[in-house]
Amino acid sequence: MSTYRIREERLPALFEETAKKRKLYLPTDTAEGVAAFLPYREGMTLTASLNTSRSAKDLFFPQTETLADFKVSGREIAVVDVREECEDFLLFGVRACDVKSFEILDRVFLAEPVDSFYKNRREHGTVVSLACASPVETCFCGTFGIDCADPEGDAAAYRWEGYYYFVPLTEKGEEYLASVESLLEETDDGPVWDAKGEIYRKKERLPLKSLTTEGFGGERTKELFDSEKWESLSEACLGCGTCTYVCPTCQCFDIRDFDTGRQIRRYRCWDSCMVSDFTKMAGGNPRPTQKERFRQRFMHKLVYFPAENEGIFGCVGCGRCLAQCPISMNIVKVMKALKEEKE
Amino acid sequence: MIKDSLIPGVAAVASVRADTPDVKTFRILTPEGKKPFEHLPGQCAMLSVPGVGEAMFSITSSPTEKGYMEFSIKKCGCLTSWLHTIEPGQQITVRGPYGNSFPVEGALKGKNLLFIAGGIGLAPLRSVINYCRAYRENYGKIDIVYGSRSKEDLVFYEEIVGEWQKEEGINVHLTIDRAQEGWEGHVGFVPDFVREISPDTDRTALVCGPPIMIKFTLAALKELGFTEEQVYTTMELRMKCGIGKCGRCNIGSKYVCKDGPVFRFDELGALPDEY
Amino acid sequence: MQELMKARAAALLSEGKVNRVLGWAAGEFVYDVTPTVFESREELERDFVYSPFCGANLSKYLVKEARKEGKILVFLKPCDSFSFAQLVKEHRIPREKVYAVGVECYGKTDATALRSLGITGIVGAAEQYGALTLNTLNGERRVTVAEAMLEKCKSCKTKEHRLCDELLGEEGEPVSDCSRFEEVEKVEAMTPEERFAFFRGELSRCIRCNACRDVCPACTCETCVFDNPASGIAQKAAADPFEENLYHIIRAFHVAGRCTDCGECTRVCPQRIPLHLLNRKFIKDINEFYGPYQAGDDPETPSPLTDWKPDDVEPGSAVRKGGRA
Repeated sequence: MSTYRIREERLPALFEETAKKRKLYLPTDTAEGVAAFLPYREGMTLTASLNTSRSAKDLFFPQTETLADFKVSGREIAVVDVREECEDFLLFGVRACDVKSFEILDRVFLAEPVDSFYKNRREHGTVVSLACASPVETCFCGTFGIDCADPEGDAAAYRWEGYYYFVPLTEKGEEYLASVESLLEETDDGPVWDAKGEIYRKKERLPLKSLTTEGFGGERTKELFDSEKWESLSEACLGCGTCTYVCPTCQCFDIRDFDTGRQIRRYRCWDSCMVSDFTKMAGGNPRPTQKERFRQRFMHKLVYFPAENEGIFGCVGCGRCLAQCPISMNIVKVMKALKEEKE
Repeated sequence: MIKDSLIPGVAAVASVRADTPDVKTFRILTPEGKKPFEHLPGQCAMLSVPGVGEAMFSITSSPTEKGYMEFSIKKCGCLTSWLHTIEPGQQITVRGPYGNSFPVEGALKGKNLLFIAGGIGLAPLRSVINYCRAYRENYGKIDIVYGSRSKEDLVFYEEIVGEWQKEEGINVHLTIDRAQEGWEGHVGFVPDFVREISPDTDRTALVCGPPIMIKFTLAALKELGFTEEQVYTTMELRMKCGIGKCGRCNIGSKYVCKDGPVFRFDELGALPDEY
Repeated sequence: MQELMKARAAALLSEGKVNRVLGWAAGEFVYDVTPTVFESREELERDFVYSPFCGANLSKYLVKEARKEGKILVFLKPCDSFSFAQLVKEHRIPREKVYAVGVECYGKTDATALRSLGITGIVGAAEQYGALTLNTLNGERRVTVAEAMLEKCKSCKTKEHRLCDELLGEEGEPVSDCSRFEEVEKVEAMTPEERFAFFRGELSRCIRCNACRDVCPACTCETCVFDNPASGIAQKAAADPFEENLYHIIRAFHVAGRCTDCGECTRVCPQRIPLHLLNRKFIKDINEFYGPYQAGDDPETPSPLTDWKPDDVEPGSAVRKGGRA
């Protein structure tokens, strides 16, 4: 496979060129110190943070989006399809964990019946991933078989000794690299291997490197569901939506109507199994306390999802929940506690 | 752009029938006067009133009814209360069909059937009952045990008395919770009534009603010698998308909207007890 | 201090004076401590921690915990004790169900602030003489405690406790040079347009996770209006771009006069929105309109907003001041 490279100081030129042909999103630092994927503006640079505060799922599954408009006149209703063909866009610098999360989201949204809103964005989006030169303590993508040194995507990028190296992985990736060809030079893939080697050395030092998925999966549904640990694990949970909203694989949503004054707008917005009214019905709630809601979130990722998806877990080990939970309760602590119980 | 399941179609309410003080049956058609879509017995559809809300309802009419679709709806929340105020001619939205169905062309074929319903629980079973009546030769004996709080709360009363009871090979057993004037039939709760009737265990049972009634009916059936593999039910949890994506109607790894709403009790027993 | 607390808790547990202990449990690294209820000496021995990262205010958990059987011991930092006192005052916690132990605090550390300083991969830390030595995946790093303090600790009002049954460590004093209203003054100095733009900018990052509400000791409604589907403004319903703004404004109004300025809202915000500014503006206004008042200061003084006096300012005063109180 061909490898291309560009000098680090030429990156701005690459971004300029890329943005001419499609909308470009970069993980960048905001004034408030929160790294985020934002539409490219002249002079924008990549964040120094390993990852963005919110995940890259936002670009395919936005927090709020309109599903349809209804014009109501008297007893009549007209449904207005407000969907438009999404413009082409490119996500640059997506980490291996987030790239993998797209596969998990695909399994939900692209399963029949296909979610056309999501599909539209997936089809028009190109993902250029970026290997993690310095994984941090909260990283545990390796637990789920993800290699942060060798990210997937349409093209993968590696930073090594003053250069960014690019390897196309799909047709879309080839096409993108061809579109910025004038800025790139073709090279051998030696430095890519050097970059990976360095990352592998760093991965050895990660504190969560020995965490495994052993003991989780569909076959242990009842046993894990009935664990006594849920009570104490969920004790301090505030029932907020932070973990779900920053999680790259959480995709639960709500559908609501809003009267704009001119029409009824039906929109969907992110929802969270952690909040109290998620499953509330007129007649009662199958998950009446935080214990059941908390359990649902982790059972979904560690048991239910793999049960229906050939053993693939619903977590990518990005570590966002580890860094952002207000009370520092997270999937790693849950996994360890449940394992401890088993032993 | 491709059709999207979340964008509903328009339907017009052709007629509204008051079945009980709090249940009404709505007949709906497309604005062109056709049946909105085909379905299987036990399947559901999402009805909505824009600005009020959207919710999942079981389709009460039989698939064999080619001209229209019916929904029997109990007034209990915001949307259902609104629906109860509408008159024929009002448009609403509909999308579906959703979920699996009772295996009328599979496991139920050729079997003696025992339908057990409580209150509005007869609504999803009516679709199956009328399907079986339409293809009578494919099914054996049919027993229908149905109970409600009072005589006035028995849904489809006219149809039960006027059609079902008159058909050969169909036995209807009605009961109400408390004795009342003008009622000469059985008085008592459904599970006890099932024990009294003591149906043969060669039957396949289809149970639907309030959770507590389902629970005790299953216990009664087990006492009579029925196995969990012989009993089907249909579930209801909060739903938003209807297509297994929004994430709220799961029981363990199964989504009621997509993998259900019809479950056999042994399947349900393998799932976490959270419904 | 940690050992002292552990020993005291274990002693009170074994004496039967308390049945449970509400404290912080150590996590995977060093900064990820979790509020936890301990029920035995063994649990305390294994997990209890009191470190520079114990910023979480435990008071609100008492609303739930005090409903349970028996008595619970809680460790309170000075700022936490104001929340506790306020909750007792609001009859949200039966005082007799709680054994409150005040613990000294010289400012807690913000792991996010450390990351902003470029210190990542933190796996261990030690504090000594106002300096933190951090053990990271890329070697040792040192910072002063002041450099990476939680927002709320930067504007600490006092190191003196309220309403505690006993104190461990030395009782502190009010912070004489507390500058917590300086930031508010900066916002007040803006033109209305600038101020509107400022808050729109900050609140535009809100993801409606509701963590600020869920952690807030003043937010103890049994069912929050934002959770009530019938309210039409139920949570996460970002129907239009102003929705989040209203959520925060309504919340600020609702906790006005009851907010002790514990700063938990800003601490937990995953989007680093300076939410305390809204509440602190109310506190400042209350001080100016009704005379100095501190929620949670004592269990008796009625809140100026729920108490009427003939010489109270007229509601229009704030408007006349054009917001520049």
